[in-house]
Amino acid sequence: MTMKEPGLIESATFSRDVIHEIQRAAETGIYDIRGFGAKRKVPHFDDLLFLGASMSRYPLEGYREKCGTDVVLGTRFAKNPIKLDIPVTIAGMSFGALSANAKEALGRGANMVGTSTTTGDGGMTPEERRTSKTLVYQYLPSRYGMNPDDLRKADAIEMVLGQGAKPGGGGMLLGQKITDRVAQMRNLPKGIDQRSACRHPDWTGPDDLAIKILELREITDWKVPIYIKVGATRTYYDVKLAVKSGADVIVVDGMQGGTAATQDVFIEHVGIPTMAAIPQAVRALQEMGMHRKVQLIVSGGIRSGADVAKAMALGADAVAIGTAALVALGCNHPKWDEEYRKIGSASGFYDDYHEGKCPAGISTQNEELAARLNPEEGGRRLANYLRVLTLEAQTLARACGKSHLHNLEPEDLVALNVEAAAMAGVPLAGTDWIPGKGY
Amino acid sequence: MEFDLKKQTVREVNQALHDLPKDQSAEVVVGGISGDHNLAVGMDHPVKITLNGHAGYYCAGMNKSAEIIINGNAGQGVAENMMSGKVHVKGNASQSAAATAHGGLLVVDGDAAARCGISMKGVNIVVKGSVGHMSAFMGQSGCLVVCGDAGEALGDSLYEAHLYIKGKVASLGADCVEKEMRAEHLEELSALLKEAGCDDDPKSFKRYGSARQLYTFKVDNASAY
Repeated sequence: MTMKEPGLIESATFSRDVIHEIQRAAETGIYDIRGFGAKRKVPHFDDLLFLGASMSRYPLEGYREKCGTDVVLGTRFAKNPIKLDIPVTIAGMSFGALSANAKEALGRGANMVGTSTTTGDGGMTPEERRTSKTLVYQYLPSRYGMNPDDLRKADAIEMVLGQGAKPGGGGMLLGQKITDRVAQMRNLPKGIDQRSACRHPDWTGPDDLAIKILELREITDWKVPIYIKVGATRTYYDVKLAVKSGADVIVVDGMQGGTAATQDVFIEHVGIPTMAAIPQAVRALQEMGMHRKVQLIVSGGIRSGADVAKAMALGADAVAIGTAALVALGCNHPKWDEEYRKIGSASGFYDDYHEGKCPAGISTQNEELAARLNPEEGGRRLANYLRVLTLEAQTLARACGKSHLHNLEPEDLVALNVEAAAMAGVPLAGTDWIPGKGY
Repeated sequence: MEFDLKKQTVREVNQALHDLPKDQSAEVVVGGISGDHNLAVGMDHPVKITLNGHAGYYCAGMNKSAEIIINGNAGQGVAENMMSGKVHVKGNASQSAAATAHGGLLVVDGDAAARCGISMKGVNIVVKGSVGHMSAFMGQSGCLVVCGDAGEALGDSLYEAHLYIKGKVASLGADCVEKEMRAEHLEELSALLKEAGCDDDPKSFKRYGSARQLYTFKVDNASAY
């Protein structure tokens, strides 16, 4: 990066990044496609603080007094709800976008700490079914690889309406990642760009969706929970409609949520921040008398135990991680910096997941690169990370005097700035003022 | 074996169907149907099921192995995501018939509405009447045979599905073109017409397929996206 010299004034409107993008667009004639999630700064959990205990609240003794972390998902209609030991799940990521080794590592890590993983666009691989004790099967508009045998093997079904990185957009898997196996699973020619539809092919709107969900329940004899996943946009209404449509669990993915390949303009300019979506979802559930009955999973930019605890204090039953899980496996690790630079990036910045050249062997179908990720080692790394998230969240919950993560509540939180106070619906720190609440 | 939806619920009937032995053939008749949704979904059995009445949404959804006959009309998404077996609609079919289906044969004696064969992934569909707009949208593989006419934007964004249309095509979708009918296509079409019980002359059909111009992004095609 060029150092700024005195007297050289960079335009806030036409920054060097903006100038670079205009020139790139002029040279190539195509919008920028990339992976990862929103990189712009948006109000986030960092803008919230826990109040902790003092005279008016009793804390729990760290390491001695228990702080529960288990969660049961799908208690509304399913005969076999999912029981997880920790409220941090692994979000949907496809074989195709990720290497088989990466998928296996996610399964191994999740198993070690008693949580679930999720398939992605392209179907369920035998390897991920074998390595994931609890596997959520995504039901996507493309229906690539969708078959009733896998549906019956799943522990839960996630009906995907959208994702935070691109609410209203379909998927893309560019030709360079379409190997023989990926092509075979998706029933398409090798090497072509695969477009995944943005709308489901056989239902439109919540009334149809209710019937579609009943179909999936009939096929699986009402055994497994059915999730509905939405990108965070008009969350209040989407959650109400999802409940009406018969969801057991609702997944709300904020704009910081990741993707394998989407237009940059989509990632950065569509959807609302995760923190802003949670209160909307919770209000919708509470008004319908369904909070804690239809469980809420929140994803999009969860990085630490503080994020987990804050999402749960705002009313989530669990969270899901995608990008952070890949980082735990080794994505963007400095040890690959030289190789990142060879492909025009650097460790800490790499987001070209769609190109299939991932030096860490994660977002690739190149066998040589994929072999760099040892699934057992990756699994251990992910398990370590998930344990840290859990311990951190427990630490904060105990500090607030809570014997279970689910006992965290908005009253435990304050906001550092007006934006966060308004979005999260908690008071600005040091005041009783919640913007928009009239006092 | 007989069921009556005036006396039993869809859940009871589907559970009884799912509980049938998977390695034995059987004949099942379901009566009393009046637009009920999700009938005979998720079958994984070599059985013959006759549904007497008009079926609602997703009838025979995700069918494997079973032969399902609907003596009436079928609602949205009949035989959606079918894997194998046969579904025969004696009346008309609503939109998204055989959507995303991977295999098997869907026969519609009447017309099929919009998006027939949307995202089809290997299924064969024979419609003796006409199909609505956007049929075979993003069709990946398998065959759509239409003895009548096709609505607007046939085969839009088509991949490798084969489309055989006897009547008029209102318009072709992006990247769908008329193609030469070669001997292997006539053979494929003849076999499907025969299996569906049609006596139409295969030579009276035209074949449509993908021009394969949208398979990888080219900026010069931007107006087609």
